[in-house]
Amino acid sequence: MLDTAFFRRWLALAAAAVDREADRLTELDSAIGDADHGSNLRRGFASVSAALDAEPPATPGAVLVLAGRQLISSVGGASGPLYGTLLRRTGKELGDATEVAPGRLAEALRAGVAAVAQLGGAAAGDKTMLDALEPAVAALGDTTESFAAARDAAEAGAQATVPLQARKGRASYLGERSIGHRDPGATSSALLIAALAQAAEEEA
Amino acid sequence: MSGGDGLVGIVLVSHSARVAESVAELARGLAGGGALAPVAPAGGTPDGGLGTSAELITAAASEVDGGAGVAVLVDLGSAVLTVKALIAEGDELPAGARLVDAPFVEGAVAAVVTASAGGDLDAVATAAAEAYGYRKE
Repeated sequence: MLDTAFFRRWLALAAAAVDREADRLTELDSAIGDADHGSNLRRGFASVSAALDAEPPATPGAVLVLAGRQLISSVGGASGPLYGTLLRRTGKELGDATEVAPGRLAEALRAGVAAVAQLGGAAAGDKTMLDALEPAVAALGDTTESFAAARDAAEAGAQATVPLQARKGRASYLGERSIGHRDPGATSSALLIAALAQAAEEEA
Repeated sequence: MSGGDGLVGIVLVSHSARVAESVAELARGLAGGGALAPVAPAGGTPDGGLGTSAELITAAASEVDGGAGVAVLVDLGSAVLTVKALIAEGDELPAGARLVDAPFVEGAVAAVVTASAGGDLDAVATAAAEAYGYRKE
């Protein structure tokens, strides 16, 4: 079972990964976006860490809802409402449970990813974060071991955005010139799922 | 609730503070004399950069909320997504706040004119959306 501490560890690992990879994310975003993805997410996850430390939530769902709220209010770019919606919807799906089975988290994350698709009006293949998130949640099973498969699926999904032409967001204005660049949103999504797998490995 | 007189309030969300302020000024100017509906710009990030700030949007919405509803017009990308996400939150924006699907500049003028004339939120939203139908060639 995954407890509140597990969810805090996941987000702390995600914040550390975003901080470590911020320059790479911004570099990817300077090719096809407006060159702020890394700095935006770094600010957002720093705000998440500060909020979780200031008033530690009592349940896994509350951890994710608070984190999502912080991302919506502090990021400043489209990744804020998108990741904010992912975490908030996932957290709301978990309800008030104090411990969550891996299969429950998988279900809740699928609902979170569906909410992201609805908010952005995007689908897999559009060269967005969904290209990492959808294969990741498809690979999630009902054990924490499956989180490693989700990490690999997200990474493969992010890599597979390279030949795609962007159909959403700022990159879509570039048309064919968006081809040949790895999508920054799919890349940060892969970091988030890798942090989940890492939290699960430390749990075991 | 400091907006007033039962008029619909208008929030203009742009990636740029100067764009949001200028469009607000333009819309107020073109709305002409008489009572003016409350209009608040929410442009850029709190540190003056380009982007979208949930904090500035919620502050602007509460500033113009007089109880008759708030029409929120946005430019693009993260402005659209942030307002949608705030509305989905349920308690971040005043009750009756609505994202209006309209072109930013033309929609803002139509919205402010309609709201200043006493139109309700549906009328404001419809007038702003109709600005899409005005072709320029």
